[in-house]
Amino acid sequence: MTRDHQDRIQQVQSITETGHSMNQQTELKMKARDVKVYYGNDQAIKGIDMDVVKNEVLAFIGPSGCGKSTFLRCLNRMNDTIDICRVTGTIELDGQNMYDPSLDVVQLRAQVGMVFQKPNPFPKSIYDNIAYGPKLHGLASKKSDLDDIVESSLQKAGLWNEVKDRLDQPGTGLSGGQQQRLCIARTIAVSPEVILMDEPCSALDPIATSIIEELIDELKANFTIVMVTHNMQQAARVSDRTAFFHLGELVEVGATNEVFTNPKHKRTEDYITGRYG
Amino acid sequence: MSNQTDTTSQPMLKSAVQQKVQASLSRRHRQERLFKFTGLTAVMISLALVAMLFINIFSKGLPAFWQTSITLDIYFDPAIIQISEKPVQRADESSNEFRERFLAWQGELGMINFNRLISDSLMQVLPDADQHRRQILRVVTSGERFALRDMVKDDPSIIGQTKRLNLLTDANIDVWLKGNIDRSLPDHQQQLSPVVQKWADDLYASGIIKNRFSFALFMNPDSRSSLASAGLAGAFMGSLFMMLIVMFLAVPMGVAAAIYLEEFAPKNKITDLVEVNINNLAAVPSIVFGLLGAAVFIGWFNLPISAPMVGGLVLSLMTLPTVIIATRSTLKAIPPSIRQAALGLGASKMQTIFHHVLPLAFPGILTASILGVAQALGEAAPLLLIGMKSFVATVPTSPFEQSTALPVQIFLWQGNELRNFFEARTSAAIIVLLTMMISLNGIAIWLRKKFEQRW
Repeated sequence: MTRDHQDRIQQVQSITETGHSMNQQTELKMKARDVKVYYGNDQAIKGIDMDVVKNEVLAFIGPSGCGKSTFLRCLNRMNDTIDICRVTGTIELDGQNMYDPSLDVVQLRAQVGMVFQKPNPFPKSIYDNIAYGPKLHGLASKKSDLDDIVESSLQKAGLWNEVKDRLDQPGTGLSGGQQQRLCIARTIAVSPEVILMDEPCSALDPIATSIIEELIDELKANFTIVMVTHNMQQAARVSDRTAFFHLGELVEVGATNEVFTNPKHKRTEDYITGRYG
Repeated sequence: MSNQTDTTSQPMLKSAVQQKVQASLSRRHRQERLFKFTGLTAVMISLALVAMLFINIFSKGLPAFWQTSITLDIYFDPAIIQISEKPVQRADESSNEFRERFLAWQGELGMINFNRLISDSLMQVLPDADQHRRQILRVVTSGERFALRDMVKDDPSIIGQTKRLNLLTDANIDVWLKGNIDRSLPDHQQQLSPVVQKWADDLYASGIIKNRFSFALFMNPDSRSSLASAGLAGAFMGSLFMMLIVMFLAVPMGVAAAIYLEEFAPKNKITDLVEVNINNLAAVPSIVFGLLGAAVFIGWFNLPISAPMVGGLVLSLMTLPTVIIATRSTLKAIPPSIRQAALGLGASKMQTIFHHVLPLAFPGILTASILGVAQALGEAAPLLLIGMKSFVATVPTSPFEQSTALPVQIFLWQGNELRNFFEARTSAAIIVLLTMMISLNGIAIWLRKKFEQRW
């Protein structure tokens, strides 16, 4: 672990301990306060406060049905697509409330990209998969600009060397791990500030998983990453901070090594030691 | 015996559970065999019925595509065709004046006895025709005199020339020569007099009457005065117009409604009500749509009776629920992961649907539309109620002209008095309709395969 890394964790700890500290404002990327989510009459999230710090990898862990995916989907308002879902509280991105009615959700999702559990490339060519987002937002005025975006996105996702000779072939023809990296590249191509990953490796084999994990580690330099994982080793390997969710509550959030070696709460300890979950 | 081999090969004592499982095995296998057998029998019976239907229709209908016609040398006798010169539009003449002169000329043409040309020509081939002058015109079907008239109308220079023509024989001769009537019946029960029977047999033997491919079946409209000339052209055009109207009304409206209901409409009581009603509409008997069409389109909007326009509107109403339901189920089948992927990249709802969902749903929507159109094409009941079962002797040139439709034509021919002739004609019309249906379905399958994408 680098010294920088440790420093940042120290800062983050000070934020979480004091709620939100004014002198660290520049480091703060997202700020959730009293977030409650209801599916119809069922409350899935029971009031969560959380900060996300710039350029960190924040992992959400917890047993199935604890609300971690639901909370993740709140962070770019993907829950809007579910009719019966209702969200209260505030989530700020760079100080702006993303649930403000005047905010355009399209712009929000360009800032906060998402990678899903199951690789879901469009049934189009590899090139078109990457180029779709930039075209949508008008990020490239010329074909050559678009080519550059496609190449750099694929390179950042570590897929360029594998697919550079077959960009015109369907993205669905790649292997599962390649497809997931394609989806990450597709997300990067829009140049978001935050990338949400919902169990990005759960459908992948261990080798593909380790490639994605390395990728996440590299992406951290440019992006803020929030990921949900069921795999506690993965959380321990790639994340700077870990949040433990249980029954719709945020039980504990802190530096990953703290949470895993010295959890503050009994429930966290029971979970990570495998007593339930 | 089998029990013994079992125990010898498996000397170990089976547990109670295992024994129970084994005891139930033969019953389970018997049930499975019974189920398979029932299914197979059902399939075989339906296949046999379909085969019988097709054999019946084709064996009856195919001979109707060939029809007896007589080869005659027709002398366009100037002594009979006494007519002024065909008018040509002069430079100083308005088109209305010219039209008037032309109509007058056509009137003159109408007064000419073209039957004389046919009977004169028949006299050449029938030596004893002189004694049976009244019978002679029963050989050629009565509509052929208009064919001669139209030849003169198109090209008056033909007057004075002799042309070798194939003229359709009377329907009764066709029936007689094809053996569709019992020849042993006594004369007073026969449609043809003995002398015409003999002529028909003689001319057929000498090759003057021959069985030829019947273009009349495809080129002519329906006819009641000259049964042998009755054709499908009018009904075909009527069906074609209606098909186009359904394609341009029901398909876009149905697809748009389905997209709105499935993707945009909020889920509440009102949309639930709409959905239930659409499903109910699909189950409404088609004849009810005919009543509705008669009341609304003809009664209120004063659209013409028995016009393909009204028929098309009625069939559109009838097809709409089918198209909506099929399109919605296609849209439902598109995996949500594709929508999420697009939304997650910042595509708007509209962009998500038009860039990703619709292209994937396109083959299904296409199939739904074509099957809807095919269903409309085969529908007769609602058309009966808006007057499309009337006899129309012209080929419509616009959807506002009176017309019948193919299924209605089948219904009309099925009820024709000259059963011996029209039984085959009816089956031929069914073959034409079936061919259209099968081609439409074939196109649907082909397009589906062509545009199908995998994910």
